[in-house]
Amino acid sequence: MENYFWYVLAGVALVLVVAAVTIIVGNRRALPPGQSPAELPASGDEPTETEPAEPVVAAAEQAAVEPERPEAPESRLARLRRRLSASSNPFARGLLSILSAETLDEATWEDLEASLITADLGVGPTSELIDALRAELSIAGNADAARAKAVLRSELLRLVGPDDNRGLNLTGADGLPGVILVVGVNGTGKTTTIGKLARVLVAQDHSLVLAAADTFRAAAAEQLKTWGDRVGVEVVRGPEGGDPASVAFDAVAKGIADGVDVVVVDTAGRLHTKTGLMDELGKIKRVIERKVPVTEVLLVIDATTGQNGLAQARVFAEVVDVTGIVLTKLDGSAKGGIIVPVQRELGVPVKLVGLGEGADDLAPFEAEAFVDALLEES
Amino acid sequence: MFDTLTDRLSSVFRNLRGKTRLTDADIEATTREIRLALLEADVNLTVVKEFIQAVRERAKGAQIHAALNPAQQILQIVNEELIEILGGAARPLRYAKKPPTVILLAGLQGSGKTTLAGKLGTWLKAQGHSPLLVAADLQRPNAVTQLQVVGERAGVQVFAPEPGNGIGDPVAVAKAGVGFAETKLYDVVVVDTAGRLGIDDELMRQAADIRAAVNPDEVLFVVDAMIGQDAVNTAKAFAEGVGFDAVVLSKLDGDARGGAALSIAKVTGKPIMFASNGEGLDDFDAFYPDRMASRILDMGDLLTLIEQAQKTFDAEQSAKAAQKLLQGKGEFGLDDFLQQMQAVRKMGPLSKILGMMPGMGQVKDQIAGIDEREIDRIEAIIYSMTPAERANPKMLDGSRRARIAAGSGTKVSDVNSLVNRFFDARKMMQSMAGSIPGMARKQAPQAQKKRKSGNKVSGNPARRAGKAPTPVTAPASGSAFGQPAAISEAELTKQLGEFQLPPELQQLFNPKNTGPR
Repeated sequence: MENYFWYVLAGVALVLVVAAVTIIVGNRRALPPGQSPAELPASGDEPTETEPAEPVVAAAEQAAVEPERPEAPESRLARLRRRLSASSNPFARGLLSILSAETLDEATWEDLEASLITADLGVGPTSELIDALRAELSIAGNADAARAKAVLRSELLRLVGPDDNRGLNLTGADGLPGVILVVGVNGTGKTTTIGKLARVLVAQDHSLVLAAADTFRAAAAEQLKTWGDRVGVEVVRGPEGGDPASVAFDAVAKGIADGVDVVVVDTAGRLHTKTGLMDELGKIKRVIERKVPVTEVLLVIDATTGQNGLAQARVFAEVVDVTGIVLTKLDGSAKGGIIVPVQRELGVPVKLVGLGEGADDLAPFEAEAFVDALLEES
Repeated sequence: MFDTLTDRLSSVFRNLRGKTRLTDADIEATTREIRLALLEADVNLTVVKEFIQAVRERAKGAQIHAALNPAQQILQIVNEELIEILGGAARPLRYAKKPPTVILLAGLQGSGKTTLAGKLGTWLKAQGHSPLLVAADLQRPNAVTQLQVVGERAGVQVFAPEPGNGIGDPVAVAKAGVGFAETKLYDVVVVDTAGRLGIDDELMRQAADIRAAVNPDEVLFVVDAMIGQDAVNTAKAFAEGVGFDAVVLSKLDGDARGGAALSIAKVTGKPIMFASNGEGLDDFDAFYPDRMASRILDMGDLLTLIEQAQKTFDAEQSAKAAQKLLQGKGEFGLDDFLQQMQAVRKMGPLSKILGMMPGMGQVKDQIAGIDEREIDRIEAIIYSMTPAERANPKMLDGSRRARIAAGSGTKVSDVNSLVNRFFDARKMMQSMAGSIPGMARKQAPQAQKKRKSGNKVSGNPARRAGKAPTPVTAPASGSAFGQPAAISEAELTKQLGEFQLPPELQQLFNPKNTGPR
């Protein structure tokens, strides 16, 4: 107790002093208003979650209760590979052209490091990778491209961690529904991911209920409902601005009453730095767990995210014990390398990837395919 | 996780005192550190390379200033360069000579366009304009509804002829929106468009079509502050595909360092016009290059801290509390402490706040170990006291303490330690306050500090024996804090920039450093 007391005191003292100085100075010179965050949102909307839906799911399909069976996972992976190795991916081509150079001099190594960093891999994992590659290749002496590629592949694979269990844990205990809680910062595509996931689950003959526990952002519940209607899944919603935990609770209660297999809970996007909102998230999970255990907590990370993704993952993991990661927007020019440091630090596997705007553009993540895709030449 | 750039540079320069000129070797040694710092802040690699080159040129042959150490001097150069790039082309919003002024928003999915439309609406309205929001995002499910709700909250008219969800032609909607504004005499039109990827040719063409249809006065590129290395590709794609006039950085209220801002400003040469930093409709502000520079360099964002303090603190109340504290007549009671502590907590997690203080890098680990629940317990104890007890903790006798412990669900020993620490701390803070520039009080006797440390160590022998204290860097050597060079609030900076963790406080962390319980 007393340790904390000192920290608290130090904080209070420092801020008090800052405040005092500010007041003294402020009397002489008014500070211009600026980029000051920190306040919990009193009202208002939240940054948009502008993950678009499938452009035009034909009206006929919208009306249909049963969706057509989604693409088989294999063909999705092929598509992932195609997209990752498309010409828009300088990462893959860069690596190989670099590695097929005659000799590996300092400049080459630097280029290699650069291309890994450019993929948002982060400085730490990059140096690790480079060091390992160097050690490996120096043993073999002058290395040819094929060997370099093999070594690079195995190193990348090790960083991505191929052995993790990447299946979604959908089965609740004793015939109770499994609960998937979807969390993430604003605008990463949580609602869209849930929409796609609902399609997959329905197509796999699971019965499910969606919980629109994003009661904060304008029209978030409607967005989820649109997705739910397309596949004929019921969406439990609460009043806008209501308590998200109670919506989640109601949805789970309904799920139990109806005897469904899975309840998927959508939450409002929240920046990991907002304590109040993170507490709220903890509460949502606690409240659900009074009914049934949460079987899967998915953290949605946007592939364009830079090194901040690590900080996000860290905080979310602490608050709700993340069990899997969904990497969205991988169809853009971003490489999503941020998952490497995230997996490395948290040991939480990437389970799904979002590949585009189509309703079926959600694929299971497979480390080997991912790495192969990165290394494949177009 | 990583030390700040300042710490790193200081370590590079540890053995450099007494030199009068930066040598090439010195500069090279720092270059790598700066490079790493920028890369960790998500600045694009190509941009980093060019930037480093520029810094190197400037650093070569620069005289070592008497007042600055080499690390600070290089930092100053870096900071100035950063500000130059970030703020180079700053300008206010352009309004059309003949209304309506048309503002087009474009960006990736999830960057915050619809939200920004609402914020712009609120802001424009406050500026005396009559804005109209046009819902041309017909793609994402219920984006139109979202804009309508946002518009309603902002009290701004929304033009939404199409229901969205994939139905309707955004080009036609945008065009009709401008026409509607002309007839109804709205003077600013904000067109919200669907998020699109830079590599999606079809949608980029659509964006260009919208642009051609409405002939906007400003095209704003909305980009998430958390974006990584891809920022440059995206920005280039949008610059070529749609063309934009200025950049808006969104989600700056997170802890992303926002290096993308630098990349985009450098690569496209377009100014960053606004910063969006919260979920409220008025969390929207002009962009300050100097603060962004400090943020990218992770130099302890003192100004932001101060602003947060200003926003959350009741100025009068804090002034009073500070006054009480400084007078040192024992008037600063637990009630004042509680009030201030709550104000601090409102600003965010304590570890975050402390982390923002410059010079706190030395005790980073302990700070990271702060458990907010322990603070809740402190609050609970104070709440279990009567107002009279809070105002004058001296009156707490054994029976009162027992009652408080029972009331707060803690042990008497917890209450004891809290009260004792509070007294010690009060004394210490009084002496500390004297050492802060701008506060007129002189240093109180150092003896108190000594005695206090002694108390603490003996206060809890069993626990202390269990864990060996890890010594923190000695106060004198560890706190090389380079002040940000060209911060606009020069006066403030002068007072606060040289602020180091006061020795008393550093002392405080030393003997107590037994880790979280």
